[in-house]
Amino acid sequence: MFGKLTWSAIPLDQPIPLAASGLAMLAGLAVLGLITWKGLWPYLWKEWITSVDHKRIGVMYVVLALVMLLRGFVDALMMRTQLAIAAGGAQGYLPPEHYDQIFSAHGTIMIFFVAMTFMVGLMNFAVPLQLGIRDVAFPVLNSVSFWLTAAGVLLVNLSLVVGEFARTGWLAYPPLSEIAYSPGVGVDYYLWSLQISGVGSLLSGINLTTTILKLRAPGMGYMRMPVFCWTALASNLLIIAAFPILTATFAMLLLDRYLGFHFFTNELGGNAMMYINLIWAWGHPEVYILILPAFGVFSEVIATFSQKPVFGYRSMVLATMAICVLSFMVWLHHFFTMGAGADVNGFFGVTTMIIAVPTGVKIFNWLFTLYGGQIRFGVPLYWALGFMVTFVVGGMTGVLLAIPPVDFVTHNSLFLVAHFHNVIIGGVLFGAFAGYTYWFPKAFGFRLHEGLGKAIFWCWFVGFYLAFMPLYALGLVGATRRMQHYPETEWQPLMIVALIGALVIAAGIVLAVVQLVVSIRQRDATRDETGDPWNGRTLEWSVPSPPPAWNFAILPEVEGRDAFWARKQGGRKHPGEPPPIAPIEMPENSMVGVVIAFFAVMLGFALVWHIGWMAASGLGGIVASGLARAWTTATTAEISTAELGEGSHRKGAPA
Amino acid sequence: MEEQDAAPQGRAPGRHRDGSRSVKTYLIGLGLAAILTLASFWAAQSGLVYGPAVPILLAALAVGQMGVHLVFFLHISSGPEDTNNILALAFGVFVVGLVVFGSMLIMANLNANMMPTPASMQMQP
Repeated sequence: MFGKLTWSAIPLDQPIPLAASGLAMLAGLAVLGLITWKGLWPYLWKEWITSVDHKRIGVMYVVLALVMLLRGFVDALMMRTQLAIAAGGAQGYLPPEHYDQIFSAHGTIMIFFVAMTFMVGLMNFAVPLQLGIRDVAFPVLNSVSFWLTAAGVLLVNLSLVVGEFARTGWLAYPPLSEIAYSPGVGVDYYLWSLQISGVGSLLSGINLTTTILKLRAPGMGYMRMPVFCWTALASNLLIIAAFPILTATFAMLLLDRYLGFHFFTNELGGNAMMYINLIWAWGHPEVYILILPAFGVFSEVIATFSQKPVFGYRSMVLATMAICVLSFMVWLHHFFTMGAGADVNGFFGVTTMIIAVPTGVKIFNWLFTLYGGQIRFGVPLYWALGFMVTFVVGGMTGVLLAIPPVDFVTHNSLFLVAHFHNVIIGGVLFGAFAGYTYWFPKAFGFRLHEGLGKAIFWCWFVGFYLAFMPLYALGLVGATRRMQHYPETEWQPLMIVALIGALVIAAGIVLAVVQLVVSIRQRDATRDETGDPWNGRTLEWSVPSPPPAWNFAILPEVEGRDAFWARKQGGRKHPGEPPPIAPIEMPENSMVGVVIAFFAVMLGFALVWHIGWMAASGLGGIVASGLARAWTTATTAEISTAELGEGSHRKGAPA
Repeated sequence: MEEQDAAPQGRAPGRHRDGSRSVKTYLIGLGLAAILTLASFWAAQSGLVYGPAVPILLAALAVGQMGVHLVFFLHISSGPEDTNNILALAFGVFVVGLVVFGSMLIMANLNANMMPTPASMQMQP
């Protein structure tokens, strides 16, 4: 009846997981209780859960990412604490079989459900507004994508309460992840949650690519698009090209685990190295999927806060597209030491160094944008400047690691861990916070607290250096990654410094929550009445904050780059009568996204625990909801001219 | 590029083929696809084709089959309104080529370098 699922799946005998899952459940129940008590369900259902508005979906992605950042960061703090005390003979407080779940969950959550989700959220929110259009190409599909991501998140969090998570590292290398060595349900939770959210990512990539290629405001030629739209295009092209590789690779591992295939075992011609090859053929483009939108955010922020057009627009576009293509030609550098010969290693080492060139072009372009600008030191610019310093350091250690002989010394060490945290925190996460602070007033109509914003930045910036510079040093003297304890007591002082750094970052995260609360309470003082709080350049600042559901009552006519800036500077070159306001069709809310996600969770959970009837009903539910949606004929509602005329402020605007 | 994009809002995706013509093209496509399929079975089984050439012929027929699908079913043409589709297809082919040939190169190299030794064979479970 319930497959492999028994009461023993609930970790009643392990105090730390039990406390963690109990706390998570209590927090979840408290939130649900509060919503019920305040009677917010109808509002949430109508305005958010079933919404197909790209702005609301973008906001929900970002909320999801922030919640998962808390979860992933708790894992990070636990690991740092463990390593700060487990020196010499000490074993620390985390047993190995729990420690390995924590580092696996930390990596999986931070990449897939924080960085990825945050970036997709920012793109969803800003790209249609910047392009001067009313929604993405497929609004309902957008809702389905978001809810599938949420389904993956729910499955990962379920593994905390029912069963266990993978102990295999964030990429689940075989043979360790094969059924012979990981017979538990951890790897299955990992695989199914990523398969489900991966479908969401792929659909979202198709959606945004189509939007950028096919739906731009009149006159918005490719070379007039804001840089953020270019980087979003490159990032989504990479999603479309790379995610099928991930899905196929996981599908093969699932066949191995469930049906006794031998793709990645040693029997019958299988080869574990094929998995490692394929997962990195996805994995390297993935890091550019994450960083390219961040580059776009910085381009917008630096241009806006220098009050100058971005320097070298064409070279910026060219560099973006060059990175997009080159990112597919470097993946072997993730496994230099796993058997390739000098010629192959040399080739991929060189391509890896080449990819630093377009990135360097961007850094210089940002510097020259700042040069001679009228710089205002707003919080988004703090993040951008901190990024430029930190990312260059991370990029340099990356070029160092790209030299195969050096990699033979530093691979699998804390040096590598420090390198990729240096580029992901210093690049993606700083970019995420820059975009969050930059577009927050557009989304909600009031600014975030400035002083607290600066405090958050300094906590992250200082905390990052304290936490990861010691890891570079420790890596060079031989500390390996995924190490649960170590005999060398002379490493301990640096490990304690790293823990202090993590605690400083924790202060930044707490301050981010405080900032949100304070900003909401003081929102009347920071209200954005003009829709243009930063003296912006691109079209999203030409509409009220928050924008009406339809964004633009009349689609803007674009006559050049930085369309809104040009309009503020001297109006249109060819003034004429503005076209009359006409009624517009907007897509209606749809519950298909959340219903499909419900059945997807059911399917994933059933497959993890081998519950046949439940898997069949989950799959049937997904197909049935899709079919029901396909037979719906009335999917749009007309917005009358009266509504459009008055409607700069929409009903039920948040806060 | 800027001139070409003067009217960038091409037709909305998925709406642009008129119905009467498309039935005919689908039928032609179906016929060609069937002929190519039958031809591959014939090539593999008849024995009239020189043995070692059969795989090459099958590959050629498969490429033809892909072409038929692209032209008649997915409506890829060389017209100016199809630039996006052609570029997307080219990017896709490029990436698939990179991954497939890159994987073959890497795996061959790994296999050549990591042949099992008697010592490593004893470590197998």
